Amino acid sequence: MKWDWDAVSGFMPHFWDGLLVTLQALALGSVISFLLGLVWALLMRTPTRWVRWPVGVITEFVRNTPLLVQLFFLFYVLPEWGVTLSALTTGVIGIGLHYSTYTMQVYRAGIEAVPAGQWEAATALNLPVARTWRVVILPQAIRRVVPALGNYVIAMLKDTPMLMVITVLEMLGQARLYSQEHFQFTEPLTVIGVAFIVISYLASLLLRALERRLVH
Amino acid sequence: MTSGLWELVLKGIWTTVQLLVFSALLGAAVAFVAGVARTHRLWIVRFLAGLYTEVFRGTSALVMIFWVFFVLPIAFGWQLVPMWAGTLALGLTYGAYGSEIVRGALKAVDPAQQEGGIALSFTPWQRMRLILLPQAVPEMIPPFSNLLIELLKGTALVSVMGMGDLAFSGNLVRLALQESAEIYSYLLVIYFVIAFLLTRLMRGLEKKLKAGVGKAPQREVSAHELKRAETTGVGAAGGAS
Repeated sequence: MKWDWDAVSGFMPHFWDGLLVTLQALALGSVISFLLGLVWALLMRTPTRWVRWPVGVITEFVRNTPLLVQLFFLFYVLPEWGVTLSALTTGVIGIGLHYSTYTMQVYRAGIEAVPAGQWEAATALNLPVARTWRVVILPQAIRRVVPALGNYVIAMLKDTPMLMVITVLEMLGQARLYSQEHFQFTEPLTVIGVAFIVISYLASLLLRALERRLVH
Repeated sequence: MTSGLWELVLKGIWTTVQLLVFSALLGAAVAFVAGVARTHRLWIVRFLAGLYTEVFRGTSALVMIFWVFFVLPIAFGWQLVPMWAGTLALGLTYGAYGSEIVRGALKAVDPAQQEGGIALSFTPWQRMRLILLPQAVPEMIPPFSNLLIELLKGTALVSVMGMGDLAFSGNLVRLALQESAEIYSYLLVIYFVIAFLLTRLMRGLEKKLKAGVGKAPQREVSAHELKRAETTGVGAAGGAS
């Protein structure tokens, strides 16, 4: 086994570019998944089954099919329908949509964990439904689910390399490009492998600190 | 679609199913070994098992696949057949998630059971085999079911390496026909059907195993209760707490 430090230092500038794109995709994907997941969770609580049913089926479908194929779908089919987006935007939408079907379950659990007394108190105070949700239920529910949402951010981080297949140059994309140009595979791939472990470990430490502050 | 193209898709389904079965078997074996090792009394065994879990959960499955396909042959001179390379990468990655499920389920067994085993002077191995595992395994099935779906979704990743699985043959068909919307919809539906069948299968298994220890299956399989933050996030929707 030969380890070439020159290849590592040659790859580093590309690595930082890739890291930036990865973090961008992660941040935007998280925002989309948090918002869309909340929308799904709220729609699943509407009284009519004509809303609950389609939302349930769609989210179940998205959750149980590979993100990779969903990305292909968005990347090749949207232009046919006349929607042209950059590769990164497509990827962010794909990843956000995929993970919104997970965060939706997290929100649901959080909403169900709010004690029934809170609902009854809101009814007793004659609060309108929208206000009940906005100032009573959601603040309590979301506070509880932040750690669980954080877990999905870390899971999302580890799915960002898939954006490579739709030509986004994130960390893995940069590593592959560099490997093919210089014919050195070991160093770039190992560097990003270690980078993923380090980033997800740091993120988990951050998450635990956040959990301690919010939950206790 | 012509019959030739359908044949291509069928071959892709077969490859995906094979890869799924092999990597699920490897993953389950690794998960049990690492999960049980996490409860070992020697700290070095616990540490090594924990290190494996953290490293393989911490990195991305796709990066792992690239590593096995490109670095392993150069660095160690092991040129694996694509099927085995894919199995190795997926099995080790998802096995690491599985080991957390095994560990959680073992920890959730009532400590009195363990103490009863000690009082009856069972050896540690007998306690594990006759007391802990028979009670813990049925509890592992719902989270394992979720993990299996994640693994199914993970198998699509090997298409990036040019392995002829379902996603790869779908891409070939798309190149031939130029009808992206239709082809990718078919692909998604096929994956969904496989996932659905797997869920049913696992639910049947859960029922059978729980009947063996006198319990009723869980009503809802999806993870309801809140979980605390895990060290490196979840690849599976429901890790055991």
